[in-house]
Amino acid sequence: MSQQTARVSKKAPSPWKPEKLNKKLNNPNAVLSLNGKWGYLFVAPFFLMFLVFGLLPIIYSVYIAFFNWDPLGTQDFIGLTNFQDLMQDPDFWLAMTNTFEIWLLSTIPMLIMSIGLGTVLHSQFLKGSTFWRTILLVPNITSVLAVAIVFGQLFGRDFGIINLVIGSLGLPHIDFIEGSLPSHVAIATMIVWRWTGYNALIFLAAMLAIPGELYESASLDGASKFKQFIYVTLPGLRNTITFVLIVGTIGGLQVFAEPLTLGSSFSGGDAGQFKTLTLYLYDRAFVGGQWGYAAAIGIMITVVVIFVSIINFFLTKRISSETK
Amino acid sequence: MSDFIKSQGDLVIKTTKKNKKPRWHKVGFGSYLVLTLFTLLSVFPFYWMFIVASNGTEAVSKVPPTLLPGSRFFTVISHVYEAAPTFNQSLLNTVYVGTVVAVAQVFFSAIAGFAFAKLNFKGQRYMVLFVIGTMMLPSQLGIIPLFMLVGKMGLLNQLGALIVPALVTAFGVFWMRQVIDSQVPNELLEAASIDGAGVFRAYWSIVVPIISQSSFVLGLFSFLATWNDYLWPLLVLQNPNNLTAQVAVNQLKSSYAIDYALNMGGAFLSTAPLLVLFILVGRRLVRGVMDGAVKG
Repeated sequence: MSQQTARVSKKAPSPWKPEKLNKKLNNPNAVLSLNGKWGYLFVAPFFLMFLVFGLLPIIYSVYIAFFNWDPLGTQDFIGLTNFQDLMQDPDFWLAMTNTFEIWLLSTIPMLIMSIGLGTVLHSQFLKGSTFWRTILLVPNITSVLAVAIVFGQLFGRDFGIINLVIGSLGLPHIDFIEGSLPSHVAIATMIVWRWTGYNALIFLAAMLAIPGELYESASLDGASKFKQFIYVTLPGLRNTITFVLIVGTIGGLQVFAEPLTLGSSFSGGDAGQFKTLTLYLYDRAFVGGQWGYAAAIGIMITVVVIFVSIINFFLTKRISSETK
Repeated sequence: MSDFIKSQGDLVIKTTKKNKKPRWHKVGFGSYLVLTLFTLLSVFPFYWMFIVASNGTEAVSKVPPTLLPGSRFFTVISHVYEAAPTFNQSLLNTVYVGTVVAVAQVFFSAIAGFAFAKLNFKGQRYMVLFVIGTMMLPSQLGIIPLFMLVGKMGLLNQLGALIVPALVTAFGVFWMRQVIDSQVPNELLEAASIDGAGVFRAYWSIVVPIISQSSFVLGLFSFLATWNDYLWPLLVLQNPNNLTAQVAVNQLKSSYAIDYALNMGGAFLSTAPLLVLFILVGRRLVRGVMDGAVKG
């Protein structure tokens, strides 16, 4: 569900470009004849519960990160030692590399395929469009666990269908669990399978919001279908691409359910070949009993997520302003 | 008349042909081929789940593998119930938790979203920024203290451990704010307040009916997310008599040799209700996803 964060509808103000705010009003779109003071009561339940179950744990997590925190033993303040250890922990860097590799292997194909699929669905005269749209959402509703069980078998070394196909081409079987890159491909496949249809619908919605006249005038000017896609569709999708990338990054850098089920343990494979950052966090917290260390990993994940999101944001902005 | 239309139609076709008819208007064979391929890829894992569950494990350990349903489905399912005798209870637990969480999230998100979209109060802008900002934070960040907190509250091994921390989400509030902002016209609320309606009355009799469709979609998403969540339930539910469907399926995995038929039978049982739900409301979900998309 994390990928569903931050979707803005058509008329709503963009969070990236706050409209010029009326200085006198806290909410320029408000209905002033209603007594705004009641607003506090309406938002209070959310903030109270969010404070207790969302914010306080996060703050406390930062606190714990400065301790050698054994849930069954002692809690000693050790300053930045957890972070220093982390910098020298080969497992941490292995998890970091794995996470980024899986993220790259999943994000780029997913983005390309979902834009392509969105373009196909965008055709005005497509028959049965409701059916196609609905069926594309099916992978998204299933649990990661069920998906991982099925894909784990499909990717099996001896009798998995994928290896049977590879074998029938006369190529040697690939061990999608023991191999480092193959296991990342297997995990990325599950992610791509799950999110391509969903994101295709997001892109389709954005394409439908592009005025049809733009296409008509482009085609009158003799622009080919490909040129229309480059000069009309893509520029019209730039905010959507930014969003899908950022949301995909937030989700992708926290990937753990797929590797957890693929390996049936928190270790991420016998040699940690598909250990991811979040998996490592859980491993340290609930297998190793090192809560302070795990909390420090959590903080590092947050730093990485925010950092990559910012890079994503500026990169896509830059690219889109150049194509414009 | 029909001749006239026909000739007009011919005219249109001719002129557009001359100006090169926009090619995106045409739906070629290739488009249907691509869509069919993606459909097959989307559906195949579910089909495979059923194939393995109805053939037994032997079916997947031979070359070429069986691709047709077998006759052992009920045998496999009975094995699932032998390995996990409380599977039905787990399914019921999941429905219960999912429903409570969905209703609570919709309710709390809608009232907060309404206040953020339509009411004017001090500090509001910062509160909205706060809500958006927290959506960027990874959900794992606070999991250890949350585990401690739930333990202190005495909720370990109880369904409350799944419900209480999930009653509100920043995403829900943000989403509802967008929905109410774009779907509820200010004029309606102004008219109501001129007629003497207070905030509560205006909310209840104007906002609630308008947003019912979108609320349903948000509720569905919450329900699905709760149904499919499995790490948190795995951590807080350890009593085998009181699990959710995902944890129960996970327990089937923990046998020493991988029994694919057993696993896929369990996965099938935990997925089938979602597929039925999807057949009933899938179209509304699609509309919800598309309505909520960033356009531009």
